[in-house]
Formats: sequence, C-alpha cells, structure tokens
Amino acid sequence: MNWPAVLALAAGTYLMRLSGLVLRDRMALSPRVERLLDLGATALLVALLATAALTQDGGFAGWARTGGVAAGALAAWRRVPFVLVVVLAAATTAGLRLLGVP
Amino acid sequence: MRSLNRTDGLRDVLALASAVGVVGASFGALAAAAGLSPALTVGMSLLVFAGGSQFLVVSVVAAGGSPLAAVVAGLLINARHLPFGLAVAPAVGRSWPARLFGAHILIDESTAYARSRPGDARRAFWTSGVALFVFWNLGTVVGLLGGSAVPDPDAFGIDAAFPAALLALLLPGLRAADTRRVGLAAAAAALVATPFLPPGLPVLIGLLGLAVAGRGER
Repeated sequence: MNWPAVLALAAGTYLMRLSGLVLRDRMALSPRVERLLDLGATALLVALLATAALTQDGGFAGWARTGGVAAGALAAWRRVPFVLVVVLAAATTAGLRLLGVP
Repeated sequence: MRSLNRTDGLRDVLALASAVGVVGASFGALAAAAGLSPALTVGMSLLVFAGGSQFLVVSVVAAGGSPLAAVVAGLLINARHLPFGLAVAPAVGRSWPARLFGAHILIDESTAYARSRPGDARRAFWTSGVALFVFWNLGTVVGLLGGSAVPDPDAFGIDAAFPAALLALLLPGLRAADTRRVGLAAAAAALVATPFLPPGLPVLIGLLGLAVAGRGER
C-alpha cells in the first residue's frame, strides 16, 4: 500500500458517499421512487448482515459466529435492549469458540 | 420520556462504537504486521473510514496484489454507500456543510442506526457517525501501538456482534410485509452470489430483492 492508493480509495469512497447525498436532493421524487430508495437501503443492509452472519471468504463462516448471531436475533426478536443483544451475540460466539466450535 | 430516549440512544451508540473500536484496534495491528507505515495506517482510517474495505486492501497487498487491484476491490465494497446516501440524505441535512461532513461519516452502521430511529434520524445519524469515527481511529492507534499484543477480536465474538447489531436495528422495520419480503429476497440473493463473486458485489446483488417490492401496499 502507498499514499496514492490510499488517497484514491479515500477520494473514491468519499465521492460515492457524497453523490448519494447530493443526488437525492437533485431528484424530484415520486412517493413510489422514495419508497424504492428506502427499500433499497433495507435490501442492502439485510444482504450485508446475512453475508456477515453466515459467510467468510466466500464460504460458510462456521457455527460459532452463526450461533452467536442467532442468539442475538432471538434476543432482538424478544425486544431485549440493543446493548444486550450485541453483548449476547458476542459472548455466545466467544463461548462457542472457547468450547472448540469452529 | 424524551430524556430516557436520549440516554438509551447514547448507550446504544456507545455499544456500537466500542465494538467498532475493537475492530479498529485489530485493523491497526494487522496493518502494522503487513508492513504498512504508521502514518499510512492512521491516514487510511482517517481518510477512508470504511472498515471492510480497509481490511480488504491491506490483505490484498499483503498477499502480493497490486495497490491498484486493492483500490478497485475496496471501492467495490464501498459502492453501497451511494445508495445509502440516497436513502439517508434527509437525516444528514441539506446544507453544504452538513453534506460535506456528513458524507464522510456515512457508513453501514450510521445508516442503519439513523434508519432505526425515524423520529430522531438526524441526531441518530450524527451522534453515531461521529462516535464511530472517533472510536475507529482511536482503535486504529491503539492497535498500531499494541501490535502483536492485540488479541484477535474473533476471540471476543466481535464478528457476531456486527450482524446481530444490524439485525436488531433493522428488525422493527421488517415488521412491514413488503420490507420483510424484500429483505428476505435480498438476503437469499446475496448468499447465493457469495461463493461466486468478489467481496462487495454480493451485497449489491441484494438489490435484486427489490424485484419483490410489489406496488406499495404498506
């Protein structure tokens, strides 16, 4: 890695972030398009959480991580406070790894 | 009630930010081990501020890839921030200072957090974004200084904390039938695509979930 590469990555990432913000106000949005933008963000976030929960380097992430996320999901579904959901997920995964679960 | 919400919000932001700080420390340690100079490592966390892409570019270069290939791979991961910007723009604000600063702290977690608090989205976006930025960069410095003494965050299950946090933030929204349908389709599409596509693209493939959005009977 060198400075030109870091600066190119930083500039490209920043411009993508900024263009989303600017474009939104440039467009006259029908309620239909506004709904699709909202659903699109949800689609991306759910896709992100699903791949982060289940996959690693293109394969299965292992039962320890999946188990931890499942514990967190159950807690979130039971409306356990956010902080506890996060701690429970991490602790479950850490515990499973301690027990030798991959 | 309002003050209670505010305290809750701050506690949630700190939980998210602490986890981000731990990952930041592991980034600092990894970058140091991969031979990046401290200035480059800190510069990357300050200027790029996107964990997934930072880990990826360091590992691509450490594995012998060219910096150009690393940058392209990193930008592919971060491409989702453009549609995030489209969706979260009202929470960021319309003034140019808000856009210019807000763009830099527009990341997965600040987007998800702002969207989980529709009545209070602006403050949610800015507090989470600023806190995550501070903790990510503090973490990076700690990791650089700690080097190989920094333990693997997987030992603490931090890798499970992030998807669980995202899920907890998204779950209330998923009670609407159309959102749930789109979310499930997005997850399925991204998972099916994962073995075949480079990092970043499967998440974008999740947009195919919009195909089942229907006409909008909320």
